[in-house]
Amino acid sequence: MSEREKILGRIREALSVPAPVPGSHDHQAPPVLQHRDDDVTRWLPAVGDTPEERVERFRANAIELRADFHFFDTREEAGAKLLEIATAAGWKKVASHRGDLTDGACAALGLPLLRTDEPYDVHALEACDAGITECDALVAQTGTVIVTSRSAGGRALSVLPPHHVVLARREQLVRDLPAAFALLKENYAGNFPSFMSLITGPSRTGDIERILVLGAHGPKKLTILCF
Amino acid sequence: MSAPSVDFKKDAERITHDLRQRGLIQTALKKYEVQRNAKTAAYQDWQSARQTAAETKWEAINHLDKYLLEFVEKLEARGTHVHWASTAEQARDIILNIVRQKNAHSIIKSKAMTAEEIHLNDALEKAGFEVVESDLGEYIVQLRHEAPYHIVFPAMHLTRGEISELFERELGSAPTDNPEELTMIARRALRQKYITADVGITGTNFAIAETGMISITENEGNARLTAALPRTMISLLGIEKVLPRLEDLALFLPMLATAGAGQAITCYNSLYGGPRQPGESDGPEDFHVVLLDNKRTHLLADAEQRDALHCIRCGACLNVCPIYRNVGGHTYGTTYQGPIGSVITPHLRNLQTWKHLSMASSLCGACTETCPVKINLHHHLLQNRRNAIAQKPVWWEKIAFKGFAFLMNRPRLFELTKPFARLGQKLHPLIKGTRLDPARVWTKTRELPELAPESFKELWRARR
Ligand code: SF4
Repeated sequence: MSEREKILGRIREALSVPAPVPGSHDHQAPPVLQHRDDDVTRWLPAVGDTPEERVERFRANAIELRADFHFFDTREEAGAKLLEIATAAGWKKVASHRGDLTDGACAALGLPLLRTDEPYDVHALEACDAGITECDALVAQTGTVIVTSRSAGGRALSVLPPHHVVLARREQLVRDLPAAFALLKENYAGNFPSFMSLITGPSRTGDIERILVLGAHGPKKLTILCF
Repeated sequence: MSAPSVDFKKDAERITHDLRQRGLIQTALKKYEVQRNAKTAAYQDWQSARQTAAETKWEAINHLDKYLLEFVEKLEARGTHVHWASTAEQARDIILNIVRQKNAHSIIKSKAMTAEEIHLNDALEKAGFEVVESDLGEYIVQLRHEAPYHIVFPAMHLTRGEISELFERELGSAPTDNPEELTMIARRALRQKYITADVGITGTNFAIAETGMISITENEGNARLTAALPRTMISLLGIEKVLPRLEDLALFLPMLATAGAGQAITCYNSLYGGPRQPGESDGPEDFHVVLLDNKRTHLLADAEQRDALHCIRCGACLNVCPIYRNVGGHTYGTTYQGPIGSVITPHLRNLQTWKHLSMASSLCGACTETCPVKINLHHHLLQNRRNAIAQKPVWWEKIAFKGFAFLMNRPRLFELTKPFARLGQKLHPLIKGTRLDPARVWTKTRELPELAPESFKELWRARR
């Protein structure tokens, strides 16, 4: 018998005795679970209903997380901001992937560009000043950016360079986490990318005396340009 | 090596008198408490969230065979190699074999308590491989050749000064008392390791049955790099990590962060559903998932304590535990410390050898109250005590309780003991805490309650 069969056998044998349902002091209680899907939305932190409230909520979260969030009326303004950041920080080389939002923005920078949606050299990526990506969604509730290997140029682009810049459209800003997971399921049903990540703020650690330090192993800076 | 219970007593005594270490723990956990309270308050209904989380885990654990198979099938369908290990030894051998086959030279590892449980680093190092822990806290305790102090905050017991000295000695860095500089020293030391490592080993926080994915929660980005750069990725997980559906994460990710570290959500929550897929430009070519039983089915078979497998290893019960706060993490001598460690270690190892952890409790219930998945922790401590005694009765306790019951059932006889007790209490200070004191274990650090000058019965009689 394989280990798999042995383990499954032990599990089945163990489960032949039923366990009490959580919260019941009566061991005979029938295993009926009460919760419905929309419940979770009602337990989690509240988010306003209007688009403006979502933007404000995202902004407040970003401030607390020490991420930079900029909201613009037009795509051009977002592009101009990216150029401004690149100039101010003196970027010499950036990495990005092909995409509707990234193509134009990266071309406007006029810097040497490494693409990570095709085979690339990790050392070259490590030497880049910034990784510029698109995303799947922004989550107002938590100030989260959702990326996948398909939407954001693979696994490393959004974590290896010291500065991660996200370009997003305002329609991508969803209300809360349940909405975000529903969206992922809808977009990728049956064919998920091998990697998806919820990014909330720049990389951080509190491992030394519980004092917050940014840029532990991932990016020290996270900038979100939304229009 | 002496018995764990003897070590526990010795170390507990030492640490409770170590004001420096206790000070560090208290400060760290005070901070945690303030942040956790603020984040919990932001929930519309934290108690209902706990109930839903408990029910979701109940569903997963009580149909574990079904969900595990679903998880494994989905993973395998996309080219992941899934391995099943009944014991720690089997899990180590599986991982060693993969590493050997790959001709690996260096291995980068992100935080995994399951790997601590099976002593993976020791095994890999003995076999001649270099393993580097990449989580900052784990990296620090690895350099010190120590076990993690806490399942979530591994280096909580160290000051920046001690860490600076450690880095100076091990990495040749300049001394500093700035936590940011210290973090950057580690960042620089580890950067090249990610790029050059052949194999990356990670732990797992959740296993999603519906989509066949593992979910890893972290703040630093080290696990993401570990899962992005090396050619081979190995993820180790206990079989109890399963969640039925992808959307369950909408509840579990924020709850894990809030309960565990007082965050609204952890910085990176990443899902991995396979090796690099066609059309993807990076990620490992080979992805191995190792499922570990290591006596979890033993705990599963105990219906009364089965909910201990709901644990999401947030560490909240450690943080609020008066015992943990006073004796510290290393005193436990276990992989999992604090209340959850005291509950499950007797199941994962041996009841008689580890029952003392269940005795070392004030039964205050702070753990049960804080647990995000509502595990009945302090009742399980009581059940462990009961089971230990049922398995191996203590003769003198039996006699003592029989005598006690005999006395209490005979009021007149009980009455006669009072003058002796009063006299005894008068004389007691002469021998308190010395070898002659029969109640020494208790009175060494505590006062016996004083008998009232007149008993209730006597007062009642006088009134009538
Ligand atoms: S027992 Fe509960 S509180 Fe303790 S670590 Fe597990 S989930 Fe967290």
